[in-house]
Amino acid sequence: MKVLRFIAVMLFALTVMVAPVLAADTIKIGAILAVTGPASFLGAPEAKTLDMMVADINNKGGIKGKKIELIIKDSGASPEKAVSFAKQLIEEDKVLAIIGPSTSGETMKIKSVAEEGKTILMSCAAAEVIVNPVAKYVFKTPQMDKDAVIKIFEYMNSMKLTKAGVLSSNTGFGKAGKEQLEKLAAAHGISVVASESYDSKATDLTAEVTKVKAAGAEAIINWSIEPAQSIVIKNAKQIGFKGPIFQSHGFGNIKYVEAAGEAAEGVIFPAGRLLVADVLPASHPQKAVLAKYKKDYESKYKEDASTFGGHAYDALVILTKAIEKAGSADKEAVRNAIEGLKGVVGTGGVFNFSAQDHNGLDINAFEMLTVKKGKFVLLETPKKGTSKKK
Amino acid sequence: MNIELLSQYLVAGITYGTIYAIVAIGFNIIYNATGIINFAQGEFVMLGGMTAVTLHGYMPLPAAILSAVIVTMIIGALIEALFIRWLVGPSVLRMIIITIGISIMLREAALHVWGEAVRALPYFTGTEISVISFGDVHVSPQVLWVTGISAVMVLCLNFFFNYTLLGRQMRACSSNRDAARLCGINAKNMVTLSFVLSAGIGALAGCVVSPITYVQYDSGTGLAIKGFTVAILGGLGNSSAAIAAGLILGILESISVMILPTAFKDVVSISLLLIILFVRPSGIFGSVEASRLKEF
Repeated sequence: MKVLRFIAVMLFALTVMVAPVLAADTIKIGAILAVTGPASFLGAPEAKTLDMMVADINNKGGIKGKKIELIIKDSGASPEKAVSFAKQLIEEDKVLAIIGPSTSGETMKIKSVAEEGKTILMSCAAAEVIVNPVAKYVFKTPQMDKDAVIKIFEYMNSMKLTKAGVLSSNTGFGKAGKEQLEKLAAAHGISVVASESYDSKATDLTAEVTKVKAAGAEAIINWSIEPAQSIVIKNAKQIGFKGPIFQSHGFGNIKYVEAAGEAAEGVIFPAGRLLVADVLPASHPQKAVLAKYKKDYESKYKEDASTFGGHAYDALVILTKAIEKAGSADKEAVRNAIEGLKGVVGTGGVFNFSAQDHNGLDINAFEMLTVKKGKFVLLETPKKGTSKKK
Repeated sequence: MNIELLSQYLVAGITYGTIYAIVAIGFNIIYNATGIINFAQGEFVMLGGMTAVTLHGYMPLPAAILSAVIVTMIIGALIEALFIRWLVGPSVLRMIIITIGISIMLREAALHVWGEAVRALPYFTGTEISVISFGDVHVSPQVLWVTGISAVMVLCLNFFFNYTLLGRQMRACSSNRDAARLCGINAKNMVTLSFVLSAGIGALAGCVVSPITYVQYDSGTGLAIKGFTVAILGGLGNSSAAIAAGLILGILESISVMILPTAFKDVVSISLLLIILFVRPSGIFGSVEASRLKEF
């Protein structure tokens, strides 16, 4: 017993002595990610990506000689947990920046925490409200949901479809998407004939898709990030819905396609170019970055890379560039440096930040993709005259 | 509103209802033997589905399901032996808290074993998009599987509890454990048996519904809440009533989607549960007299 106590005291003393030494030459970066829970499809690849990148950066000697100390907190997609982790990271760990959270709902909850703590927040969530209106310390790396909506509507125009049935989950992401869809529809000559939301943990959505079909929808647009988006397409096909089914950029994980099996064939969605990195022309500015990230991730973790991991990748790349540019790990200097970054090539697109634009991406960051034989492929613009597609 | 559309909503309701009912049956068995609610029942469902998906990689579907059921039954037995068996005269409250603890433990263990990925067994017949059509009404063959298996399950359970010695011993333990012991029934073994049985039934339910609902380490909780609602609605301990209550709830939810915004679906089911608990705590089909004699 005495020996144990002695060891415990010694260990404690050691940590107390070592901690400040470590802190002096490392850069602390926090991350709040939904590694488990309903949004784990987002958070898990994000956490894996950060782990991989930080190990890589530190092996190469860190940023300007300083190693990165990464602190990942698993929020399980719970906004309450995200808030307490954010406070902990800012007040106790005194991190330079927080990467994440994975979901829009969580991000909106901790936006004010980051502002008050004057700590940079690099959100990996999609909703436009995160950076519009601009908050001084809040940035985000995924493309705008507004642009995703416009992409879908433009595609519907080219297919000569005008009636859309909207389904969305009751999460921050779902709500934000629903709002944008309803707001932007009229400008594109599209009428939303039904707009229904469902519980993100729903197990079967036959009644919901029946309702949308009965309302006369020519196309179904679903906005969610949960497994529910696989259930939606399955149920829609089961009740004999023949029109095209659109998904949000939240569909960009091949696991959703696997889960939906045959039902996923022909689903159309906007996404960053990571999913089609292999077929991009070599001259494309993103080709090299995408190919490298995809290869590194897939060889390390033996699973397909997804756009979500890419959002975390972009967040860390932007941070490191900004730290290099600022020449120090001072919060203010780094924040200012981010606003001045131009032409940073990431997985989500080419980022051009400014004081008004804390996202840095435009609609060109999206490509329209579809599913063919269980794989993501680039969608070609439909030829004139083909109005319906199975 | 045409008749075909209405039928399609009905089919949707039946789909929900059978999923809820098949989960609810598991609650009833442990209740029948011990008089407690096993809040880890949803985790048995999840374990069954997860194990079957994993085993399906190595063996054909029927063998995978059978093995998954057996594995989950063994886990059920272990849980009872480790956490419940040695308790001396445990109160109902204490046992309920223990089962809640077990459910959290199983969920976290599943997260470590299987990760956070969503999995599913393949459809038993056909694929994700194959349907059986009656005019303009479409139903997935898997729904028929769920319905059929629940029906067979209820028939077997009714036979077991009413006509076999073992089943009647289990019921005796539930109604009065001391009296049952005096009659020479080994009450502890009966409790173990009830955990094994309900774990097996939960696992089978998990396998059958997984093509429709998918299975994830935490999908047990959601299913358990609805299953529990249905078990209460029908009257605890009565498996045929659970099926009826499941169908009632499922169809009500589906009809609520038809008239109200879909976001109100769960409001309907939970309001129904509250009304039943206030007005008729013994459940729609339960006997008021019998429920007065129960401890819980």
